[in-house]
Amino acid sequence: MINMERRKALKTGGGLGLLGVFALLGLTPGIVWASVGRAAFEAKSLNEAFEALGVLTPENSALIQLTTPDVAANGAVVPVTVECQLAGTEQIAILIEKNPTMLAASFVIPEGTEGYISTKIKMAQTSAVIALVKVNGKFYRASREVQVTAGGC
Amino acid sequence: MTNPTKMRASAKDGVTEVRVLMQHDMENGRRKDEGGNVIPAWYITEIQAQHNGKTVLDGQFGTSVSKNPYLIFRFKGGAIGDKITLSWLDNLGEKRSDEVAIS
Repeated sequence: MINMERRKALKTGGGLGLLGVFALLGLTPGIVWASVGRAAFEAKSLNEAFEALGVLTPENSALIQLTTPDVAANGAVVPVTVECQLAGTEQIAILIEKNPTMLAASFVIPEGTEGYISTKIKMAQTSAVIALVKVNGKFYRASREVQVTAGGC
Repeated sequence: MTNPTKMRASAKDGVTEVRVLMQHDMENGRRKDEGGNVIPAWYITEIQAQHNGKTVLDGQFGTSVSKNPYLIFRFKGGAIGDKITLSWLDNLGEKRSDEVAIS
């Protein structure tokens, strides 16, 4: 009984501490930013980016649908859609092989959210666009070549 | 000064689709202005979407995301009138949160 009370007190205390930290940082309570390292965004090669994301050798998978235009007239705005119907999709990342910053975006997909992301990226030049999807702890990739007529970075 | 995120969320057949248009320059730090001066990097680094206080999407951006980031995502559940909140944080520490009701 005493122990229970102590636990409760500790929990409350801890909660308040966390709120205090948020207040110090000026963040709205309730928003906890995913503190995944940003090393992957600094990667200078595809292998470095994969390594920073914790990927060894992603398998090619036909279960990932990557939709991009074949030719992008304006490299500043290239629509990309990644869709993975497999249950247990945990993460979706979009990389552009020949961009100075290869990793465009990485999304954590909580349970209940579908394995679907549609966004727009910048491309400096003609390059492969790679979708990296983590399903049940395992990484898969899909890749498509996009011709860029006017780079926009 | 930050501008409101434009958002639309619609529920259909048990799935809510959220369309987001954030207002941000997304400067990659390599572009130059007319005077030849480098425009400093200024871009969104983190985004988070919540449905009634539950996180439905967590994202990290680099500089290869287009200006005024556009995003569509879908999650199971969501009823008309429920609140969707989208928050972002940029590399200079600016942040904002915007809200929309599912229609």
